[in-house]
Amino acid sequence: MNKPILNVKNLTMNFGGLKALDDVTIRLEKGQIAALIGPNGAGKTTFFNCITGIYEPTTGEVLITPPGKNTQSLRRLKPNYVTERGIARTFQNIRLFHGMTVLENVLIGRHCRLSSGIIKAMLQPPSQKNEEKQAVFDSYEILEKIGLAKYVNDMAVNLPYGAQRRLEIARALATDPFLLLLDEPAAGMNPQETKELDDLILWLRDNEDVSILLIEHDMKLVMSLSDWIHVVDYGKKIAEGTAADIKANPEVIKAYLGEESEDA
Amino acid sequence: MPIKNHIKQSLIIAFWFMILTFPIMVIKVNAIQQTIDFRWANFLWVGIFTFFASMIWNYFLRRNEEQKKTDIADDIPLVHRLLQNDRFRRPFLGLLAAFFIAYPFVFPMYHTSIMISALVYVMLGLGLNIVVGLAGLLDLGYVAFYAVGAYAYALLNLHFGLSFWVVLPMSALLGTLFGVLLGYPVLRLRGDYLAIVTLGFGEIIRIVLENWDDFSNGPRGISDIPAPTFFGHHFGQHDAMIYMYFIVIALVLMTIFFVNRLENSKIGRAWIALRDDEIACQAMGIDKFKTKLTAFALGATWAAMGGVVFAAKTSFINPMSFTIWESITILCVVVIGGMGSAIGVIAGALVLILLPEYLRAVAEYRMLVFGALQVIVMVFKPDGLIKSVRKVYTFNVQEKAIHEQTHT
Repeated sequence: MNKPILNVKNLTMNFGGLKALDDVTIRLEKGQIAALIGPNGAGKTTFFNCITGIYEPTTGEVLITPPGKNTQSLRRLKPNYVTERGIARTFQNIRLFHGMTVLENVLIGRHCRLSSGIIKAMLQPPSQKNEEKQAVFDSYEILEKIGLAKYVNDMAVNLPYGAQRRLEIARALATDPFLLLLDEPAAGMNPQETKELDDLILWLRDNEDVSILLIEHDMKLVMSLSDWIHVVDYGKKIAEGTAADIKANPEVIKAYLGEESEDA
Repeated sequence: MPIKNHIKQSLIIAFWFMILTFPIMVIKVNAIQQTIDFRWANFLWVGIFTFFASMIWNYFLRRNEEQKKTDIADDIPLVHRLLQNDRFRRPFLGLLAAFFIAYPFVFPMYHTSIMISALVYVMLGLGLNIVVGLAGLLDLGYVAFYAVGAYAYALLNLHFGLSFWVVLPMSALLGTLFGVLLGYPVLRLRGDYLAIVTLGFGEIIRIVLENWDDFSNGPRGISDIPAPTFFGHHFGQHDAMIYMYFIVIALVLMTIFFVNRLENSKIGRAWIALRDDEIACQAMGIDKFKTKLTAFALGATWAAMGGVVFAAKTSFINPMSFTIWESITILCVVVIGGMGSAIGVIAGALVLILLPEYLRAVAEYRMLVFGALQVIVMVFKPDGLIKSVRKVYTFNVQEKAIHEQTHT
């Protein structure tokens, strides 16, 4: 059997006395679209932060197996090294680079795949020029795929909201990931934009050879997209399964809607 | 807001100013005759002047806001539009070059000297622009690296007789080294904390220079620093100044050339990304610490080279040339010129350094006018005199097809 590309074992994260994550175990297979759902404050974003190295988990282990490579641990790796190893993410509250154009935002994503240093940047030998040209074309191609090519030289901050969300995905994609972590990609989108996002995520999985783990509150999107769903509540994983399993799971319903009172 | 309210507001401001300036503008103590004169005419003039100043201020403020409402996006500064337009670029740059080449021959030596100082500040400004404007690290101790360069030339020349041309590249390396040494411990901090610590470092360098008598000759400074030579040829005083002028012009051009390349490279983009959002920047695979350190070290490199030029030009240096005010002036150059905008910084340096010199005519109020000007710029042009414009990439289908052919 193939090894899971992401294998999170018994992840626990304490903030002082608060257990934000409690013994969470999640596995993700190659080519899967998995969703991580749960009520507000359940610890979903904390989970992402632990994987991507922004937080260092109290206990537990994060193992990755990039396609064609050996299994490795992400323990104590800084965020930039996690990205280098092929995990890219987007943010719940959009974090684009305001002072840059759309293309440059994507070019930043290419950063860790470029090799020219300061001296080369100052002297600009042919190798640096070619690399730079290649990076610009790669970035432009990504923008075309994501459908943002018309904005290429606009300032990122002037984009419509939905386009900003897509640009975050484009930027993450530019780092050549094998696993994409999307933190509430549909938040604040109108139904039309959500529909387009749905198509985009499926297209990404089928054409870009990435697996996707997403946090989302839009249940329609989650149910239609996900091959597998993990549910967390109060930092604990309470259920996992296919969309149909999760819909029928009493624990999940309880977490979202609360328990029926005895004397009702 | 109706005009009535503006008049009312201006009247209140005028009245407030009349009272505020009463002790200095109206009362005059005549110590010889031991009487107090009340100059009531001044009282009136202050009132009238303040009233009209306030009205004008309000008018421009309103106009500024209305402009902002009408065009949000396409407010590219005039200079950039000139430079982007192929028809205007050559004549514009040609005119600029002609002006700067003719300058030392047309104007008297005094003006050349001032221009050299201003051009040194252009270098310093462009260097600090990397640190503050691009990487967003507020460095208040920038003058320390300037001092390193100046003392490197003065001391190496004094003890080992090394010439300007030998020390210039050495000091650049020395500046980089000091940038790394000072940057390494402090760059874990951010924002205000970084500003405070760099401020401290700047002062430490100055205090060391002031007190380590054996090393730096203390507050007496070092004199008789030789001007640069031209392949061993020494110039007379006038020619030396002109020679110095062209050296600085060459150094400024070199700075612009390199800084421009850096800005639109992998490392330059990483700096800007770091300034805009540290967490997202790391999540994109950028090493935060390394990126900060390169910005700090490269900024220091240019400061040190500026220091060498400064020492060679003034032929005398002491620690008083490297106080905190120097750091603040350079920071003003960057902020008022336009953070992250090379053209803005150049304009900022020229305005900020030349203006006080030419305002000597109104010597008493020089600094007052200078301060007022800074406030005005910040209110009406918060992005600086000439704000930064990002590089525009062009794509056409043909070019792409050719590109793909060559790469497949």
